[in-house]
Amino acid sequence: MSNLKIANHNPGRKLFSSKIATVVVWVTTVIWTIPTLGLLVTSFKADKDILNEPWWVSLFNPHFTLSSYKSVFFGGDTESLSNGVLPYFVNSIVITLPATIFPIVIATMAAYALAWIRFRGSDFIFFFIFALQIVPLQMSLIPLLLLFTGGAHIGSVTVFPALGIAGDFAGIWLPHTMFALPLAIYLLHNFIASLPRDLMEAAHVDGANHFKVFRMIVLPLAVPGIAAIAIFQFLWVWNDLLVALTFASGTEEVAPINSKLASLVGQYGSGYTQLSAGAFITIAVPLIVFFSLQRYFVRGLLAGSVK
Amino acid sequence: MSDFLSVNIPKFTSVFSAIGMFFIVLAVLFAIAGRANGKKARPIALVIFLAPALILLLAGLIIPAIRTFLFSFMNPDSNAWVGFDNYKWMTEDPNVKSIMVNTILWILVVPIFTAALGLLLAIMLDRIKHESIPKSLLFMPMAISFVGASIIFKFVYEYSEPGEAQIGLLSSIVDFLGGTPKDWMLSKPLNTFLLMIIYVWTQMGFGMVILSAAIKAVPADIVEASALDGASGWRLFRNITFPMIKGTFIVVLATGVVGALKVFDIVRTMTGGNFSTNVLANEMYSQVFVQFDQGKGSALAIVLFLLVTPILIYNIRSLRMERSHS
Repeated sequence: MSNLKIANHNPGRKLFSSKIATVVVWVTTVIWTIPTLGLLVTSFKADKDILNEPWWVSLFNPHFTLSSYKSVFFGGDTESLSNGVLPYFVNSIVITLPATIFPIVIATMAAYALAWIRFRGSDFIFFFIFALQIVPLQMSLIPLLLLFTGGAHIGSVTVFPALGIAGDFAGIWLPHTMFALPLAIYLLHNFIASLPRDLMEAAHVDGANHFKVFRMIVLPLAVPGIAAIAIFQFLWVWNDLLVALTFASGTEEVAPINSKLASLVGQYGSGYTQLSAGAFITIAVPLIVFFSLQRYFVRGLLAGSVK
Repeated sequence: MSDFLSVNIPKFTSVFSAIGMFFIVLAVLFAIAGRANGKKARPIALVIFLAPALILLLAGLIIPAIRTFLFSFMNPDSNAWVGFDNYKWMTEDPNVKSIMVNTILWILVVPIFTAALGLLLAIMLDRIKHESIPKSLLFMPMAISFVGASIIFKFVYEYSEPGEAQIGLLSSIVDFLGGTPKDWMLSKPLNTFLLMIIYVWTQMGFGMVILSAAIKAVPADIVEASALDGASGWRLFRNITFPMIKGTFIVVLATGVVGALKVFDIVRTMTGGNFSTNVLANEMYSQVFVQFDQGKGSALAIVLFLLVTPILIYNIRSLRMERSHS
């Protein structure tokens, strides 16, 4: 706030005049928003109009229809999407909920242990997990898929049976949970380690054990941090393509909507209604989450990046 | 409708039973382990809290990474050693050369644009009234998947044969300016840069938001004092503001490098890696799941890992410094 005051009272501080800044910011905002607007308008056009008339012309010559949405959502005419995207939409929800809840709970527990249970090697483990954050997913895809389909062997001895969860929902929840842990543990550790020490000590003096401290003190106080990271993880899983392509077959039974959408791109011409309405259905959920929970979203972002 | 229900109700019951089981197991573990007293209480608590995460990291990341390293010295089916053949293939194959060139272009161009544009907008946002509306609109693409963003830009980059209406914004603008629109996705090397625009479009908001927060966190009295000393405009920014947000700026750059290195969805959706737009992460996927060559795929994954190690080391160093200060 005081920052703002100085800026107003002291024109010498300004790198850009506020007029230039206003113009540049708003022009950029318009440029940034136009592509999405174009998709939105296109998705409300009738199939035959999409290729004949640019969307910005249609804005002034409106004859919009919901037919694309109806056929894309519930299925109908076209072969590539006979049952619509609804099954894939359901799959996305079915994949995303556990793939958000599992890693967040496991990461919160681990973060608590690393922050508040003293033991030798605690620092080393923390640094190691921190380092794992940017190791590319690609490093684990092949062996993990082999583990799910064939189990693990040393020589001819089976040390781990085939899980038989490849192509099953569990086979997607598990990799998402594993891959989410390093970042989630790191962010939650920052958050949980900053809780007041006195509070923990007082609870222990009163005879509470770690489980009680975790449930009664840490969890309630960590809710804002957990919410922020959960939103992140939710968006990450919903928007993921690589894990879905690797661990879910492209079928209606398990494939999420984002990977179905990617597979629709190959089709030209008549595919355009499907593509525009399908894309909008896919991005609607993240956009709703984003706009309604933006405050938490930004907080989660800042927790990870600004000291 | 009844079809729909009969297919989807089991899906939802499986979700809720999985989540329910998860919490029941946790509750039982907490209840049993919570009864331990005395000397054993702490180690037991430690195991319950930390072991699930460590086991998952071990099984999901660490052991697979080691196996990927071993696979990179093996044949396509990972059952015979081939020495350095997969790496030799990388240095010899002309396709791989173009992939490397593209990947390096991505990690040079994308982070710089994302960070510079983000910084510029963050500075300007600090100057205007009603910043929250443009801020959230500029930030919005971050919530959209790369696949969704690619489709959005597929319509922007759409090209029609001469004589037909140009429904793509880019073609129309070029047409309007007197140029000749072309099939943008086929025109190299422009197509790679057009793909980069999609990435910058989605990720710029990230840089903008965290740089904006960093700028606001610069203490007002420092700015005031240097303004009184006569510093202004560019000099004030260069000597006072920028040094104070440099750490954040580097974070944005590093995030950009890691992200650009792993870019997969955009290339896969827009061109499938064709027309000289291929990159490492996409080629890795193609080698494994299209060519069924786990050896070459693993070797490409290792290269990807080697390229992020400098950032990994930098991150660990700065975390160490941060911790030793506190």
